[in-house]
Amino acid sequence: MTVSLAVTQCATLAWRGIVKIRRHPATLADVIFGPAIFLVLFVYVFGGAISGSTREYLQFVLPGMLGLMTLLATMGVGVALNQDIEKGIFDRIRSLPTLRIAPLVGAIGGDIVRQVVAIAALLGFGLALGFRFSTGPLPVLAACALALGFALALSWVWVLLGLLLPNAQAVQGLGAVIIFPLSFASNIFVPTETMPGWLAAFAEANPVGHLMEALRGLMLGGPVARPVLITLLWMAGFVAVFAPLALRIYRRRSLTS
Amino acid sequence: MQKLAIEAYGLVKRYGDVTALNGVDLTVEAGTVLGLLGPNGAGKTTAVRVLATLTRPDAGSAAVLGHDVTRDGHRVRQFIGLAGQHASVDEDLTGRHNLRLVGRLLGLSRRDTAARAATLLDEFGLADAGDRPVKTYSGGMRRRIDLAASLVNHPRVVFLDEPTTGLDPVARGALWDRIRALVAAGTTVLLTTQYLEEADALADEIVLVDHGRVAARGTPTALKRRLGTQTLDLRLADPARVDDAAALVAAVVGAVPTRLGERLSVPVTDGAMMPAVVRRLDEAGAEIAEIALHLPSLDDVFRALTTTEASVAA
Ligand SMILES: Nc1ncnc2c1ncn2[C@@H]1O[C@H](COP(=O)(O)OP(=O)(O)OP(=O)(O)O)[C@@H](O)[C@H]1O
Ligand SMILES: [Mg+2]
Repeated sequence: MTVSLAVTQCATLAWRGIVKIRRHPATLADVIFGPAIFLVLFVYVFGGAISGSTREYLQFVLPGMLGLMTLLATMGVGVALNQDIEKGIFDRIRSLPTLRIAPLVGAIGGDIVRQVVAIAALLGFGLALGFRFSTGPLPVLAACALALGFALALSWVWVLLGLLLPNAQAVQGLGAVIIFPLSFASNIFVPTETMPGWLAAFAEANPVGHLMEALRGLMLGGPVARPVLITLLWMAGFVAVFAPLALRIYRRRSLTS
Repeated sequence: MQKLAIEAYGLVKRYGDVTALNGVDLTVEAGTVLGLLGPNGAGKTTAVRVLATLTRPDAGSAAVLGHDVTRDGHRVRQFIGLAGQHASVDEDLTGRHNLRLVGRLLGLSRRDTAARAATLLDEFGLADAGDRPVKTYSGGMRRRIDLAASLVNHPRVVFLDEPTTGLDPVARGALWDRIRALVAAGTTVLLTTQYLEEADALADEIVLVDHGRVAARGTPTALKRRLGTQTLDLRLADPARVDDAAALVAAVVGAVPTRLGERLSVPVTDGAMMPAVVRRLDEAGAEIAEIALHLPSLDDVFRALTTTEASVAA
């Protein structure tokens, strides 16, 4: 197996996900309208109560939403992978001389388009509602890249769940159970000061919290170096732990079933 | 070139309490067709999955073109094509995209992939449907695109798991022709089927499996000879002549027919008995309304062969 063939295989499997989106743009509806709905609901329902003014809350919550939306969009990786296994498409891929990890990398790669659309949609709606960046274009781009990178790293968790769980519903169900505590018990929606000690501690350790801090810093100004570094470490950790684990489960599953 | 394209010895595969394969041996000579025949749950799919490197056997060993399927799986995958029991193509993609996906995974260039996809779509009569998503295909079209996807790389050994299940007779005949063309080009084929007729039409050798064991093996002719009988069924135009005709048939065939209303049914060992019976009844003026010679059904084959094996063992 040459390196170039391995790259071609991963890219081909990612291409498959992208072709599907081109043919069925409706599958992007969740990542386009999800951010819009969340943003409107949170800003106009909670904004006044939390920050005293919706405008101020929008400034606070949009970077957090950016993180949340990319997290939610990652769930698609696990669901798609699980469906491939169920429908036998994995068998086809596995009966070809492909690199073992190619279908897993391909599943994540094919999701990049969805992620980028989710980010663009959220920023577009945010700007339309009156959000204003207080840094420059470069830090904002860096924020988007960081959110995307975090999502891709976290996707390995979904790959693992997609391999382990029996069907797509289970993946989605467990996904919600994981994502909601991670996102709500953090500084996405409110500052952590008013939380009870144990929850604040969790929120402080929560990787999503560091991502939020980094995103806020990059979009609104404030400390950047430390939260970005911690976020990058978490990303490396996700990949280092979950990628080999997923590959092992994948190998085992493919040999025993 | 290898004489044996596929060889498997003592394959065992268990799923919990179920023993899907219970010591299966089989060999397939290069350039020939092996028909793996058996009822639901016999272990056909499991055997194919083991040989195609998708499943690891619990015991026994198997090799494709001399490469061990468990130790050297990657090598094996370079030579094989697999069309599974359930079409394993991406329904959201078009037929052409499915073929291109396979071509690119195999490392063909973009240009070669496009050309190969076009050729295969043509060959399988899917040129017009090639740019439609597979989910709009009929069952027969799905089978064909699945088979086409397994042939992108000109595999030297092809596994077809019940390739014609669910096809109408015309489509089945067309697929048989495709399979014959593959074999004529030197490909080795292992196909599973529940239809004796299909194994008979395509296979150089048949392996009959039941409950994960080989119940019988041999060329189609040899198996049929061992099985002996076909059944001659006839119906007389005049019900009053049935007794009369039964005696005449018994005299020709050498066995007493069973009666069911105006129908007579008698086992025959030789298809040439049919014209003889027709001639005899015609001479006697007993008009035949309907007559047919039936091959044994898979059921008959099983009953006969498994009992034969049992009585041999006893
Ligand atoms: N992944 C699995 N998990 C549990 N049991 C299995 C699995 N795969 C096959 N089996 C069992 O192994 C036995 C043989 O199955 P197999 O699919 O090989 O039969 P088959 O001959 O292909 O049948 P069919 O004609 O219905 O396709 C069956 O009893 C089946 O239930
Ligand atoms: Mg089967």
